[in-house]
Amino acid sequence: MTVKDDRDAVYEAKKLNLWYGDKIALQDVDARIYENEVTAVIGPSGCGKSTFIKVLNRMVELIPSVRTSGEILYHGKSIFDRSIRVEELRSRVGMVFQKPNPFPKSIFENVVYGLKIHGIHDKRILNETAEKSLRSAALWNEVKDRLNDNAYALSGGQQQRLCIARCLAIEPDVLLMDEPTSALDPISTQNIEDLIYELKQDYTIIIVTHNMQQAARISDKTAFFLMGELIEFNDTEIIFNKPSNSKTEEYITGRFG
Amino acid sequence: MESTKSIRETVRRNINSKKNKRMEKLMPGVLLATALISVLTTLGIVVTLLIDAYKFFEAVPFLEIFSTKLAPLAAEPSFGILPLINATIMTSVIAMFVAIPIGLTAALYLSEFASDKQRKVLKPMLELLAGIPTIVYGFFAYSFVTPFLMKLIPSLGAKNALSPGIVMGIMIIPLVASLSEDAMSAVPNSMREGALALGSTKLEVSIKVIIPAAISGIIASFVLAISRAVGETMVVTIASGSAKNFTFDITRSMQTMTAYIVEFTSGDAGSGTIGYYSLYAVGFLLFVFTLLMNMFAHRIAKKFREEY
Amino acid sequence: MQGTKTIQVKDSIGPAKSVSDSKQIRNRIVVNFIAERIFLVSTVSALAVLGVLIYRIITQSIGWLDLNFLTGKLSIFPEKAGIFGVITGTVMLMLVVIPVTVSLGTATAVFLEEYAKKGRVQTLIQTNISNLAGVPSVIFGLLGLTVFGRIFNLGSSVLAGGLTMSLLVLPIVVVASQEAIRAVPGYLRDASYAMGATKWITIKKIVLPTALPGILTGTILAISRAIGETAPLIVLGIPALILRTPSNFMDDFTALPVQIYYWTLDTVLTKEYANLAASTIIVLLVILFIMNSFAIIIRNKYQKRY
Repeated sequence: MTVKDDRDAVYEAKKLNLWYGDKIALQDVDARIYENEVTAVIGPSGCGKSTFIKVLNRMVELIPSVRTSGEILYHGKSIFDRSIRVEELRSRVGMVFQKPNPFPKSIFENVVYGLKIHGIHDKRILNETAEKSLRSAALWNEVKDRLNDNAYALSGGQQQRLCIARCLAIEPDVLLMDEPTSALDPISTQNIEDLIYELKQDYTIIIVTHNMQQAARISDKTAFFLMGELIEFNDTEIIFNKPSNSKTEEYITGRFG
Repeated sequence: MESTKSIRETVRRNINSKKNKRMEKLMPGVLLATALISVLTTLGIVVTLLIDAYKFFEAVPFLEIFSTKLAPLAAEPSFGILPLINATIMTSVIAMFVAIPIGLTAALYLSEFASDKQRKVLKPMLELLAGIPTIVYGFFAYSFVTPFLMKLIPSLGAKNALSPGIVMGIMIIPLVASLSEDAMSAVPNSMREGALALGSTKLEVSIKVIIPAAISGIIASFVLAISRAVGETMVVTIASGSAKNFTFDITRSMQTMTAYIVEFTSGDAGSGTIGYYSLYAVGFLLFVFTLLMNMFAHRIAKKFREEY
Repeated sequence: MQGTKTIQVKDSIGPAKSVSDSKQIRNRIVVNFIAERIFLVSTVSALAVLGVLIYRIITQSIGWLDLNFLTGKLSIFPEKAGIFGVITGTVMLMLVVIPVTVSLGTATAVFLEEYAKKGRVQTLIQTNISNLAGVPSVIFGLLGLTVFGRIFNLGSSVLAGGLTMSLLVLPIVVVASQEAIRAVPGYLRDASYAMGATKWITIKKIVLPTALPGILTGTILAISRAIGETAPLIVLGIPALILRTPSNFMDDFTALPVQIYYWTLDTVLTKEYANLAASTIIVLLVILFIMNSFAIIIRNKYQKRY
C-alpha cells in the first residue's frame, strides 16, 4: 500500500526488480520519495532494504552479475538514461555508510575531496565550503582547530559526521544513509539523529535502519520491506500505529525480525 | 545562493567534460598496454633465444652437440655441450646436499620447536642471508671457502666444483627454509594438537604429521631451489672456472652453462660465429629448464594451497 | 572440513603399560631432545657462515677502505684505485631503473587489480609475471644484449644496463604493488564512487596514495636486487676497466658488483685486488643495509593506519 500524494516525487520507483545472478533481491517495488522528508526503510535482515537504496545511486552496479528491470526516476528522469553520467547522479545523491569510512587523509582533505576531484581548487571556496559543511554536520566546533589532523583521530561518531560533511560539501539534494548509527554508541547515535532532523529542512533523506525505534523517532514516512517486496509504505504514524498489512504489524510488534 | 549554484554547476561541468570522459576511456587501454610489456619481455626472451639457438642447432651436427668435447675457440672448434650440462648438474647437486637438509631442518625448527622470541630473531637473520648479492658469495667462495677446503683436501684445485657447490647451497638455504616453513605453518593447529594430545613428541609430530601434510609446499620449495641453483651464475663463474672438460671429479674446475654464457660475452664473441650462437643455444636450454621447473613448482604449490 | 587428511600416527603412542613401555617413552623423549638440538644447530650454522663471511670481508678491507678509496678513480695500481666512478655508475644505473620499473610495475599492478576482468588476459599477464620472476639473470643479459645492445644500438651504456635491469626486477615491483593495492579496503573505494568519482580518479586519489607505502617497499626491494646483480651487466659487455666517470646515460660505465667481479677474477695476478674487492663489497652491503632499513621503517610506520 503506498501513500497518495500529488507532489512531484524526488524519486519514483516503478516495478523495480533486481537480481544478483539468478537470485531475486527486489520484487516489483513501486515507491515514491518526496522532497525534504525523512523516509525510513525497515525490514528484517536480507529483506532488500540496503539493496534498495544502493540502486538509487547506482552503487549496486559495482557488484558483478547484478541485473535490474523496471524504472527509477530521479526528478522525473530515468537514472539509467544513457545521457546522464552515473557520476553526476552520485554527485547529487550522497551516501553515508554503516561503518564510518573517512579517507586516510586529514579532516580538511576529507571534506573537500568531492570539490577537489571536480577541479575546484580555489582556496577560498575550499575553506568556506569546508566550514559550511562541517557546521551543517554539527562537527565544526569540535574540529575547527585541528582540521589538519588525520581523520582517524576522531571518534566513531565524529567520523560519521565527517562522512556526512564530506557528502554535503558538493551540495547534493538527497542523502542516502545505510544504517548510519548501527556501529555507533548511543550518544553518537543521538547526535546523528538530531542532525538528521536538522538536515531534512534542506535535504531529502532516506535512511535504512534495523532499529524500529529509530525509524519511529526520526522519519516522516516508512517503507517496510520483506523478502525483496515492498510490503507497505506510508506515513510513519500510520505504519507504527495502524499498519494495513498483517506482516507489517507482526514485524513492528517484534513477532519476527 | 550564488556559491551553491556554482559548486553544483562546476561539478556537473567537470563530470561531463570531454577531458574527463577521454581519460576514463583511455586509461584501461593505456594500462593494458603497459601490462603487456611484461608479456612482450617473455616473448622477447623466447624469440631472441630461439632465433640464434636455431642457427646453432642448424650449424652443428647433432652428434657433436651431445659429445663431451667442448672447445669453442680452438682452431677446429667443437661444440659438445655435455660438459656444461654435467657441470651444472654437479654443482647443483652439491648445492642441494647443503640446502635441503639445512633448509628443511631450519624450517622444522622455526615452525615446530622455536619459541616466539627465537623465531623473531632467527627468521629475519635467515632473510638477511637471502638478501646478500650473489657476487659477494662468489667472492667468499673463491677467497675463503676454496683455500679453507684446500687445507682439508690437499688435492683440491684452485678452481673446483665443490666450493661453489657448497656456497650455492648456503645461499639457497633461506629459499628452502622460508617456503617450507610457510607450508608447515599452514598446517592447521588442530592437527598438531591432536597428535600432541596423544603423547607424541614434537619430533614425531613433525615427521609423522607436519611433513606429510605440508609435503607439496616442501617439494615445491625443493624444485624452486634446484631451479635457482641451475640458474646461478656468479658463484660458479668465479669459483669453478672455465675448464671445459667433462668430468665427475668435483675437485677440478668445470664450467657450468651459466658460466659459459658469461665467459663468452665478456670476451670477444664475434657476432655471427657459431660460438656466438652457441651462447643462445645454451641460454635457450637454461631458459626452458628453469621455466619448466618453476611451472612445476607452482603447480605443486597450488595443489597444496587448495587442500586448505 | 573438506579434504581433511587422516594421518596415521604410527607406533605406540599411549599410556605406559609396563616398564619396557616407559623405557620406550624415555627414548623417544631423548631422541626428540637431541633432534631439537640438531635442528637448532643446523639453523644457526647457516647464520654462523654469514658471520664468518662478514668477518672475513671486513678484515680484508681494513686499511683499504678509506675516503680516498671512495673518492678516487679506478686504476690498475691497487694502492691508487678508487671507486668513485663505479659508485657514480651504480647511481646512474638506478636513475634509469627506478622510474622505468616503478612506472611499468605500478601500471601493470593497477591494471591487474583494478581493471582486468577474470579471464584469459588477466591470467596470461599474471602467469607471465610469475614466470619472469624465475628466469635466471643471465638470460636477461642475453635479452638485453640482443634487444638493447644491438637492435636499439645502445651498446653497453647506462641506458642499456638500466633497461635490462628494469625488466629483471619488474616482477618484484608488480607483485608488491598488487598486494598493496589489494590491501586498500573496498569501503574506501565505495566512499569515493558514492561521491561521483570515476574509476580512474578513485585510483589516482585514493587507491594509489593509500597503497603507496607498500609500493615503495616493493620498489626498494627491487632496487636492492638490481644494485647487486652482476650477470646481466657482464653479458651486456661491461668491460673490466673504465677509467672515465660516466657523465650521461649513453656513456659506458661500470657498477659496484661488476667491479667486484673483475677484481675477484684477477686476484690470482694481483692479490691486493682481493682487498679492493672486499672494500667494494662493504660499500655495496652498507648501501643495501641502508635501503632495507628504510623499507622496514616505512613498513612499520604505515602499518594498517585505517
